[in-house]
Amino acid sequence: MTDSAGPRPGGAMVEFDRVGLRYGPDAEVLADISFNLQPGSFYFLTGPSGAGKTSLLKMLYLAQRPSRGLVRLFGEDLVSMPRQRLPGFRRRIGVVFQDFRLIPHLSARDNIALPLRIAGVSEEDLSGPVGEMLSWIGLDDRAHARPATLSGGEQQRVAIARAVIARPQLLVADEPTGNVDPEMAMRLLGLFEALNRLGTTVVVATHDIHLISRIDNAQMMRLEKGRLADPTGALRYPPANKV
Amino acid sequence: MIIPRVPVQHRRLLPDRRLSGPTPWVIAILMMLTLLAAGAGVGLARAANNIGDAIAGRVTVQIVTANPVTRAEQAAELRRQALAAPYVRTARNVGQDELLATLSQWLGSAGGDDPVLRSLPLPALVDIDFVGGERAGQLAQLRALVARAAPGARIIPHAEWLGPVARLIRSLAWIAAGMVLLMTLASGAVVIMTARAALGTHYATIEMLHLIGATDRQITRLFQRRIAIDTAYGIALGTVVAAAIMLLIGWQWSGVTSGLAATASLGPMGWALLLALPLLAIALAALTARLTLLSALKKIL
Repeated sequence: MTDSAGPRPGGAMVEFDRVGLRYGPDAEVLADISFNLQPGSFYFLTGPSGAGKTSLLKMLYLAQRPSRGLVRLFGEDLVSMPRQRLPGFRRRIGVVFQDFRLIPHLSARDNIALPLRIAGVSEEDLSGPVGEMLSWIGLDDRAHARPATLSGGEQQRVAIARAVIARPQLLVADEPTGNVDPEMAMRLLGLFEALNRLGTTVVVATHDIHLISRIDNAQMMRLEKGRLADPTGALRYPPANKV
Repeated sequence: MIIPRVPVQHRRLLPDRRLSGPTPWVIAILMMLTLLAAGAGVGLARAANNIGDAIAGRVTVQIVTANPVTRAEQAAELRRQALAAPYVRTARNVGQDELLATLSQWLGSAGGDDPVLRSLPLPALVDIDFVGGERAGQLAQLRALVARAAPGARIIPHAEWLGPVARLIRSLAWIAAGMVLLMTLASGAVVIMTARAALGTHYATIEMLHLIGATDRQITRLFQRRIAIDTAYGIALGTVVAAAIMLLIGWQWSGVTSGLAATASLGPMGWALLLALPLLAIALAALTARLTLLSALKKIL
């Protein structure tokens, strides 16, 4: 199967089955995680600090393989997938990191353009989308500024723009609105929602309970002490009207 | 390709710091020493070969008959018979004046027609060069000829007294080759350390590139290009300095026109080897960097 393959018709975009994760010889930070994420759905991942949200997201954006269990992404088993096939899958995933992870010696514009350049998009073809994205996040006058000269909120916006510019099929965001004012938070959430309407599956880890109530049809996953609380089974067997 | 092509925009993924680290300078020093060792090795190897060729087929027959007239006649007869022999290429009587000139360098001379030197009982010498072939057989035939033409004369193969010198020079050439090999290995080690250090320094960038879908080859090309260029700067600098030193030595060497020293030269093949070494070094550095980077990246998911 090629990297462009998608989930089976009617199948889940992401499937976790009894997944466990441990770092080294320590106890598992995640245990028996099972859920399905449906294409085009919007999920919030919540839970107290240290519950394992970031570890779960790492497995979602392919920075970490599970210690046990099965993970399928876009219909393919990721646990046994050879690493040389991972880049093709990663290009279909947008990630907003909690600590932004902007490349410090690149300008805001170059940071945003990075996924397109890595994917081989020509300079001619990427200048339009990058310009639009800069304009949308309100940083067209700071296009050539380096991250160190941007405020935390501005860096956050650049990080989000970088995550969404390649129109990923799966968007994973770790506390994406933690450093922006409420107005910008709503604008960013609006962008996620717009992408979701276009078919992107969105997973947002957040502590902000007010954010969750802003998105219709969003589903919530709650992690506590490394285990996924899903008492209704909605994540594993989502009702059709939620998909 | 020695220095991989990377789009300009991709090159900016690494900070533009040229010649900022120690690598180019260490490589420059190693390259300079490598070229000097290689130059010395080639020159010495050629000298050893030249000496070997010269001495392998040459003997001097020393005629010590007491009567000077008989001695001169025996020398002339020996030369005549030797020239007629099929295994002899040339045969030459060493003139009395030539012998006196050589002796005067050791014993001193009053200049001109020195009566003391003239009074010395000097042997008659005949230099004989063999044609190419089986030396032991040729020597046996010459012994028989000398026994007939000049009984009591001594045959002195030049290999007996110049052979150890040729072997010493050949040993020095091998030592120089060994030094070239060791410095090549040291240069490779420097490149490996540079590649690993670069990966450590830019780990966050590499991790980010991986996570947005960059392949190992894309990342490797970036670093390989940077390391190859930095190394090329060092190699160019080392080559220029080594060339200057070799030209200086060559200029001084040109004044040495006698004896064994005159046999030392690089020759066209030697110069070609020295010119190829820097290019080979750049290629080796790029290949080493590539393999090191690919191996290190495989350890990252």
